[in-house]
Amino acid sequence: MTTTASQTAGPYWHIIDHPEWADLLRDQGDAPGERITVTGQLTDGDGAPCGDAMVEIWQAGADGAHDAGFHGFGRCATDDRGRFNFRSIKPGPVPGPGNSLQAPHITLAIFARGLMNHVTTRLYFFGEPHNQADPILALVPESRRPTMLARETAPGIWSLDIRLQGEGETVFLDI
Amino acid sequence: MTEYPRPAEGSWPPMEAPGYGSTRKRHALHPPVRIPHTLTETSAPKFTPAAYPAHADMSVHEGQAAMGERIIVGGRVLDEDGRPVRGAMLEIWQANAAGRYHHIRDRHDAPLDPHFAGSARVFSDEEGRWQVTTIKPGAYPWGNHPKAWRPVHIHFGLHGHGFAQRMITQMYFPGDPLLPLDPVFMATPDAAARERLIAKFDLDYAVQDWALGYRFDIVLRGRNATPMDDKH
Repeated sequence: MTTTASQTAGPYWHIIDHPEWADLLRDQGDAPGERITVTGQLTDGDGAPCGDAMVEIWQAGADGAHDAGFHGFGRCATDDRGRFNFRSIKPGPVPGPGNSLQAPHITLAIFARGLMNHVTTRLYFFGEPHNQADPILALVPESRRPTMLARETAPGIWSLDIRLQGEGETVFLDI
Repeated sequence: MTEYPRPAEGSWPPMEAPGYGSTRKRHALHPPVRIPHTLTETSAPKFTPAAYPAHADMSVHEGQAAMGERIIVGGRVLDEDGRPVRGAMLEIWQANAAGRYHHIRDRHDAPLDPHFAGSARVFSDEEGRWQVTTIKPGAYPWGNHPKAWRPVHIHFGLHGHGFAQRMITQMYFPGDPLLPLDPVFMATPDAAARERLIAKFDLDYAVQDWALGYRFDIVLRGRNATPMDDKH
């Protein structure tokens, strides 16, 4: 059988939005790990903010396991300035292909009007020693890796802007 | 272990669709970087009705029936081997019978229906089956090109067993004269792939003296890499 084709989420997907889903700690406030905020701005090929997008995240817990203890899913609607904001914990390193270890990372899936299929990228943490040996970052041309590296702009606040097209275009992943 | 093959050539729309203006400034110019599937892509959030309550009836809101033609829409969620995807979460949303979304940014001059909110959430069962009751949505104009109207459609968001299966699509209705004029629908190059986005009119889903029925089967990426136990 052939997979059903993707279609755009369009501009009215907020009908299924639940703003509280952007707070991954809402029902698991006692989850172990370092509290973080993940924030950024989504812009288009003109650098204009995309204020109608849906950003989803998927991540491991502090122990590096997906949905074993920590429910690592979140969703956030971008605001008028294209900004998204999640409250979560910093994930641990995740086992990779073979005997490799993936650096702590958060997967982002972006759905919006004008996106026929969602785009996927990963957020890594700038300065994290495991980044050097990460098998997925190694596949990305070095000059473009900074588009996947969040910066800690204040204690616990990690910021990564997403550029859909053009100058500083984010590296999207074919998963 | 499950593997997630990439969609067949032409069976998914390209990111740049010249007929659909909103893709112009939003499609990436660089090709995406292909990566092997790791635990991050082969795992998925566990969605359960306990934490994400199901509601399958959009035809009634706050105890009052919505205006329009009541229909039942159902089908199966399957993988590429035709096996059921169990426990998939479906998020469904749509315009009302007049073609208006219950959404602050929808400025279409058509009436809102106070008894129609337009969203549902259901989970596929052991056979991959799911079903919702709703109102047939209306077509509505949009600003893409002169006299542009979207064909009648219902949005579906799918959450399967791997984040690589995550997808959003739209279901269309058979016989809609707007389909060949719609740049979103027509962007998928393969005609058979487009056809699969159109629900089948299906009396098996109809209920006597109450609602007509449509069937929409959804195939997610993925096949079971290890053969199932042969019971024979």
